[in-house]
This record gives sequence, structure tokens and C-alpha cells, in this order.
Amino acid sequence: MGLPVEQILIQTINGLVNGMILALVASGLTLIFGIMDVVNFAHGELVMLGAFVGATTIGMTGNFWLALMVATLAIAAFGAILQVTTLRPLLGRDPLTTILATFGISLVLQKYALWQWGPSARKLQEPITAQFSLFYLKYPWYRIATAVLAAAIIGALFLFLKYGKFGIWIRAAMQDRVMAQAMGIPVPLVHTVVFAIGAGMAAASGVLFGPLAGVTQNIGADFTLRAFIVVVVGGMGNLGGSILAAIFISLLEAYASLIVSPAQAVIVSFVALILTLLFRPTGLFVPTPK
Amino acid sequence: MRRSAAAYWTGFCVILALLAVAPLVLPEFWRRFVTEILIWGLLAMSSDILIGYTGMVSFGHSAFFGLGMYGAAAALMVVKPANLWLALVLGLAAAAGVAVFVAFFATRLRDIYFAITTLVFSQIFYVIIFTWTDVTGGENGLTFARPALSIPGLFSVPFTTETLHWFVLAVVAVSFLILRRVTQSPFGMVLQAIRENEPRARAIGYSVERYKIVAVMLSGLFAGLAGILYAIQNKFAAPDFVFFLVSGEVVIFNVMGGMGTLVGPVAGAAFFLLLREGLSRYFTEYYLIPVGIIFTAMVIFMPQGLLGFARRRLNQ
Repeated sequence: MGLPVEQILIQTINGLVNGMILALVASGLTLIFGIMDVVNFAHGELVMLGAFVGATTIGMTGNFWLALMVATLAIAAFGAILQVTTLRPLLGRDPLTTILATFGISLVLQKYALWQWGPSARKLQEPITAQFSLFYLKYPWYRIATAVLAAAIIGALFLFLKYGKFGIWIRAAMQDRVMAQAMGIPVPLVHTVVFAIGAGMAAASGVLFGPLAGVTQNIGADFTLRAFIVVVVGGMGNLGGSILAAIFISLLEAYASLIVSPAQAVIVSFVALILTLLFRPTGLFVPTPK
Repeated sequence: MRRSAAAYWTGFCVILALLAVAPLVLPEFWRRFVTEILIWGLLAMSSDILIGYTGMVSFGHSAFFGLGMYGAAAALMVVKPANLWLALVLGLAAAAGVAVFVAFFATRLRDIYFAITTLVFSQIFYVIIFTWTDVTGGENGLTFARPALSIPGLFSVPFTTETLHWFVLAVVAVSFLILRRVTQSPFGMVLQAIRENEPRARAIGYSVERYKIVAVMLSGLFAGLAGILYAIQNKFAAPDFVFFLVSGEVVIFNVMGGMGTLVGPVAGAAFFLLLREGLSRYFTEYYLIPVGIIFTAMVIFMPQGLLGFARRRLNQ
């Protein structure tokens, strides 16, 4: 059975769109890991909470863009509280304890969402309903807009890290926590802000993802797992690598789902992860360490 | 030293006797409950070999547990009449097969990478079992009849709640003794040396990778045994038990009870299941909210777990 070119092209676009959303999730995760060695098991739960907060805001105001802002800010504030109450006491302990603590948090958040928003799936209203024709099907502009918006947010993060005063503090604390502290950088505050940024980005991707598929309280685990795969394949703590890896993994899954069912396509990215860990544990998209 | 050993074995015998009498005095619901605690306790003990003794946090124990379950299911469904010992053998073989696979790849990695790799492996098996509907029943799982308790050529009686409990108790007690012996053997000492300082253990000349592979396989075998017992008790196998949340619960048992003590994880399993039972009366399906908060608080404030906490209190 030959695969038509159109299908491959459509899947390429799908993969790119999904990849940008995933990159938004994964860049927060990798930033958090890079700066405080915290493996945030609750990251997908933040995506899920963001989507639900967005859905509630849309229900009240009917404005998608307002919902995107509200969800991002609310979850960022929530992330800051979470970091201060649970992760700050664990600083300096074995990184494995942070896996355990954030795993506990993810259980709580998931059941809280079930309690608050119920088990039925919600689909967010698309803000852009226009479509353009792509070969034999009508492709929604919203998907393209999502990818562009996600890229813009990531680009803003890059600029902030490169030129912003606080961004420079973040990079300094990433390189050497003790030295940064000695230079007068308020490292605990930097940690909290980074966690808040990561949480806000997760929430934003949750709202962007909302119109593409239904939101239930179970999507968190899936996002956590995929973001982990991306972060490891891209190289832990490496922002640029994570973004490339997110696109790489999403394309891989998109092409695989041409041949097998989407549920089984996940295995392809699992295998990619294991191969990466075995042959290039520092990550695919980073220069070879000396 | 001698006296504390005597006290230890006295305590062991007392608890064993209490557990043996339990089904005779408890009401029906709690009989099943105690049996279930023992099974989950065995799973928790098996993962303690990795988490507590070797310092490798496994988030993939559901794969071993689930494959033990499906292996037993296969034996019970294909061979008529259903044979208990065949189920044990096939379940253990399935778990061992997975364990070899996981051990070979995952032990090359350390810390978080090991945790993530084991998680990903268990998800691979979950997806396979979930989507391979023709063989595994997919989402619905498999149901089968419980085999009879038999010794070939001697006797064969159907399981009752009591005999099932005693059978499980015997398996778990023997497993405990074996695992305890293993952790105190030279092999177990090397595992603890790896936990304390891996580069030094390697520098002394131990082949760290080989020890880790054996540790994962041992752990996987006993986790598979727990899966077989669970399959026999509940007469079904379902993909939910391969999902990584089960692995997470096992890690919770370890943290709550106290890692690296073997007894602790069993106590942790009992504590968790009691907590779930008690809380789900008030919180119904949302019991994980308070349990999750308690667990997170314990990670932060009580890293030694219940047993470590109690021990420190007693020593004061």
C-alpha cells in the first residue's frame, strides 16, 4: 500500500502544530529541571488545570483570548504557591524526592479537577473558525494560529532569558547556584519565578490545546509523559534541544499514525526515548560533550 | 544483638500468628481486605529491593505485576482443568521475561533516568495489552475461574476465603524470608554499597551493572508473584493494573512505610489501603485528594516513613 503524498504533507502540518504545543509544555519542564533539578511530575496536571480554568473563563465571558490570559496568570500564581509550599523545603535533597512530592501533587490536582469540573470532556470554543482548503480537506486556520502563537511565546521566553535582567539572573542561577547567590542574586525568588513561568506556559498550552480535542482530568498524565520524553530526548535542561525534540517526536508520532492506530503510535516515541537514553544519554539535539 | 534477634523473631511469629487467625475472627469484608494487604505488601516488598536497598526508584513495577497477572490468566484459561501450579509457573515466566528485558536496558541508567525508563517500559506494555484486544481482551481484560488448591496426587480442594488467605499468607511469608535473607547476604550488601556510593563500589571491583540487573530481575520476579496472587484472588486480569499509576502507588507504599526495611513497605501498603478505605467513605472517589496531601507531607517532613519515624521515637 503506497502512501499518498497529500497524507504525508497533512501529517507533517499536524505534527508541527502538535509539536509546537508540546514544545510550550516541555520548555517549562526543562527550565524547571535545569535550574533546580526538580523533575516535575505534576507538569501535565498544570496543563490540564490551565485548560479547565480557560474553559470556565470562556463560559463566563465568551472571550477566548481573555481566557488564555486569565488561565496563564492564574496557574502561574498557583505554581508559585506550589513551589514555595512543597518544593522549597526539598531544595538540596535527593532529586528523587522531588519526583515523589510532585507525584503526590499530581494525584491531588487530578482528583481535584474531577471534583470541580466533573468527568465529562469539555471542548473549548475556537476563536478562529475560518478554514482553508488543503488538498481534499478543510484545514482550520486555528491550528496554524496555535503553532504561531506557541512559537511567539517561546520566542518571547528566549528574548527574556537573553536580554531581561531577571532572565540573566535565571541563566546565572542555572549555571551555578552557589556562585549566583554569592553575587547577590536572590536565588530562592528566581526558583519560584521560574516555576511560575513554567506553570504559566503549561497553562497557556492547555488553553491552546483545548479546542483541538476534549479536555478531561486525564489528559495531564499523557502530557507529563510526552513532555518527559521530549525533555530527555532533547537533553535535560536544554531549552533549544527540547523544542527541536518536541517537533521531532510529534512528527514521528504523526507519521507513525499513518500506519498504525494513534494509540499504538505512542510506542514509536517510547522507543525513540529508549534509544536516545542508550546511545546518546545527553540528548539528541545538543553538541557532543567532551 | 542476640536479644534483639530473639525479640525480632518473637515479633515475627506473633504477627504471623495474628495474620493466620485473622480470617477466623474477622467479618467477610475484612478477610478479603487483609488478604489484599498481603498481596500489595508483597509487591511493595519486591520494589523495596530496588528503591530501598539499591537506591533505584522504579516507576515500572506495574509491568511486572501485570505480566504476572496475564501470565497466570493465560495458564488458567488455556489449560483445562485450571491448575494452580501451572499458573504460578507461567506467571513467573512472563514476569521474568519482562524483567530480563527491562533490566537489560534500564540498568544502564541512573537516578531519574532509571525512573523514567522503567515508567516508559511499563507504558509500552500497557499500550500493547490495551490495544491487542484479540489476545488480552483489551480494555475489558480477562475473567477466568479460580483454580483449586491442590498438590498433584495428594489432594485437591476448591479455595475458600480462609484457605486462600492462608495460601497467600504462606507465599508472602516465605517471600519475606527469602528477600530478608537476600538483603543480608553478601549480594545484598553489595546492593547497599551501590546505593551508598556507586563509583566506590565500582572502584572496589564489583561489576555494578551485573548486580543491578540481578536486583531488577529478583524484584520483578516477586512483583510477578504478587500479580499471580492477585489474579487468583480476584479471578480477573485488567490493563488498569499495568498502568503506571499502580507503580506510583507502590512507590507511595514504600515512602509511607519506610524504604529499605522490607517490613516498612508492607506496613505502608496496609496504611495506604486502610486510609483509602476510611477516607473513601467520606470522600468517595476523591479519596486521593487527602491521601495525596498526606503523602506529599510525608515526603517533606517524614522521609524515613512510618517505620523510621516510630523507630526514632522509640529510641529517644
